[in-house]
Formats: sequence, C-alpha cells, structure tokens
Amino acid sequence: MFEFSEEAIKRYSRHILLPEVGGTGQQRINEARVLLVGAGGLGAPAAYYLAAAGVGTLGVVDGDTVELSNLQRQIIHSMADLGKNKGQSARETIEGLNTDVRVVTHQERLTSKNIFPILKDYDVVMDGTDNFPTRYLVNDACVLSGKPLSTGAVFRFHGQVMTIIPGEGPCYRCLFREPPPPGMTASCEEAGVLGVLPGMIGILQATEILKIILNEGSLLKGRLLSYEALEMEFRTIKVRRDPECPVCGDHPTIKELIDYEEFCRVNF
Amino acid sequence: MSDEIKIDKEINIKGEVCPYTFVKTKLALEAMKAGQVLKVIVDHLPATENVPRTLKSEGNEILEVSRINEGDWQIITRKGNR
Ligand SMILES: [Zn+2]
Repeated sequence: MFEFSEEAIKRYSRHILLPEVGGTGQQRINEARVLLVGAGGLGAPAAYYLAAAGVGTLGVVDGDTVELSNLQRQIIHSMADLGKNKGQSARETIEGLNTDVRVVTHQERLTSKNIFPILKDYDVVMDGTDNFPTRYLVNDACVLSGKPLSTGAVFRFHGQVMTIIPGEGPCYRCLFREPPPPGMTASCEEAGVLGVLPGMIGILQATEILKIILNEGSLLKGRLLSYEALEMEFRTIKVRRDPECPVCGDHPTIKELIDYEEFCRVNF
Repeated sequence: MSDEIKIDKEINIKGEVCPYTFVKTKLALEAMKAGQVLKVIVDHLPATENVPRTLKSEGNEILEVSRINEGDWQIITRKGNR
C-alpha cells in the first residue's frame, strides 16, 4: 500500500496518472537520491524540476557564490541570493517549492579526495559542471563506482548531453579521451552562452535522470545528443564504448582518480 | 451481478472529482495483484464514465458500473496483468 498524503496525491497526480510512472514510480522518485554537481546553468533548472518532481534527496555540490552574471540563466537563484553559496541558495528556493525534498549541500569543489565519500550516498549523478577537471573526475569516479551519470555541456548556442551507464555503454572518455590541453579551450572572453541554452540542456539531463530512476524509456546511452539553438536542430550521434578507453576499456589504466589542472574557469 | 463477485478491496472516494477519482482508483489498484477485484464508490457523475474508460485502456476489466443510491455509483474492476 502507498503512503501518500492527500497533499502528495494532489501534488504528484500528473505523474501518478502516467502509466509509466503511477504510484510505484512516484514512490521511486520520492526515495531517489540524486547528486547534482554544480548549481549553475545546467544544475539550476535541473534542480528546480527534480525538486518539483519530488526527488527525495538532492545533493548539490558547489563551492561558488551567486553572482549577478549568473542570473541571466541560473534560474534557481535570485537577487536576494547574491553572495550566498549556490547550494544554499538552491536549497532555499527548493524549500519554497517542495518540502518533500531534502537538499544536502556540499559547499566545496570535488577533488580526488572527497568525491567517493560524497558519491556513496547517492544513486544517480548529474554533471552540470563548468570545467574539464571536474567533468573528467566525475566521469572516472562514476565509472569506477558504477553510478549512472548524466553529463551535459553548453557553449555559445550549442549544447550536448549523454548518459553514462557504467558497464552498459560508453563513458565520457570513450568520446574525448583526455581533457584538452591548456590553450586549446575557449578563453573567458569567448565563453558567451545564450541564457536559455543551459536551461534546455539541464532539463534534458533531468529528464534522463527521472528515466533512470523510473527505469523507463531509452536513455542517451551510447548516444550523444547535440543541440544547435541557432539552427534549432537536434542530432544524436552514436558513440561506442572504446575498448582502449583508459577508464572503462578492456585494460583500464586509470585506477586512481586524477586531479587535472584548471586553465580558465568560464562559469557556465 | 455484484452479489456473485468477490470484492478484494473497496474504496470510498466520494467527494473526489476528476482526475483524482482516477488517481485514487489507480493507487488502490497498483497495490493489488492481477486478477483481484476493486470496488470504487464515487459521487461524481463524470467519474462513472471517465474512470472505467481509463481503467480499460490501461488493461483492466470493468465488471460493473451501477448506481447504488440517490447520488452514489459503484465501479467494479478486475485488475489486469499490465
Ligand atoms: Zn570509457
């Protein structure tokens, strides 16, 4: 028997009505523990919708504070949050939306030292990070610990999303083996982004996370979804697991996490 | 007819309107096993059409829809395999 309150039945009725969700699926959502790496452009909209969906525990890793230049796209923060830690700000917004959700803030940057102790309390991970060192660290840690991961990135008018199910499909390194060397990445001056773009990509990631929780539909597993906002085109590109991949390949060489050096923080 | 049907569970959701009539029916049914029979009491007339229609489309069998008094109806359904 379900133990939904009258309020929960009303709040989640549009989910419960879906044959693919129902009371069973909603209960899974309410019990799920999702770790959001970053409450920035991608994490902000994802956190908002996952909280609305009733995800039981939302962990937010972010060591940054809310700045005015974030508000062009990071919709979970507002003027009153300027200067606050982003996780804290996200928690306060979510408290006003849905008190079923427990928000846990990790007000620090992920490193090879702290990532496993944080990951162990979560079932699914969303990478909404703004830098290569963290992106690779999260990918490697998820592969090594077998946690499903949604990874997303945005740049100017372009975005991409992929879902990584360790042991079942390729990882981020199968696609891009190493982080680009310094000087090959966009400089801070080139790092503009249309504000709605991370909204689109972050919500696609949140959708994948809900599908993972529900075990429904076809994931972007082995498929990279690429979105061009100017042309308004979506494309999916097949990605195979690379047998030579240093972390998920047949003879992995990465057995310990790497803290790559950071070049320029562009703060998506 | 309902005299012969063994009811495994009964819910009274008088006062509820669509779509909550179906939401509550569905929640009750989800907690039951395939083949079991659920009786739902409603007092919201549109529910006597909407609830059976959706139950059917989701693979359940409608055994009976009938008025039981001045303002109340019963919907009796057998849970499908889906
Ligand atoms: Zn790989």
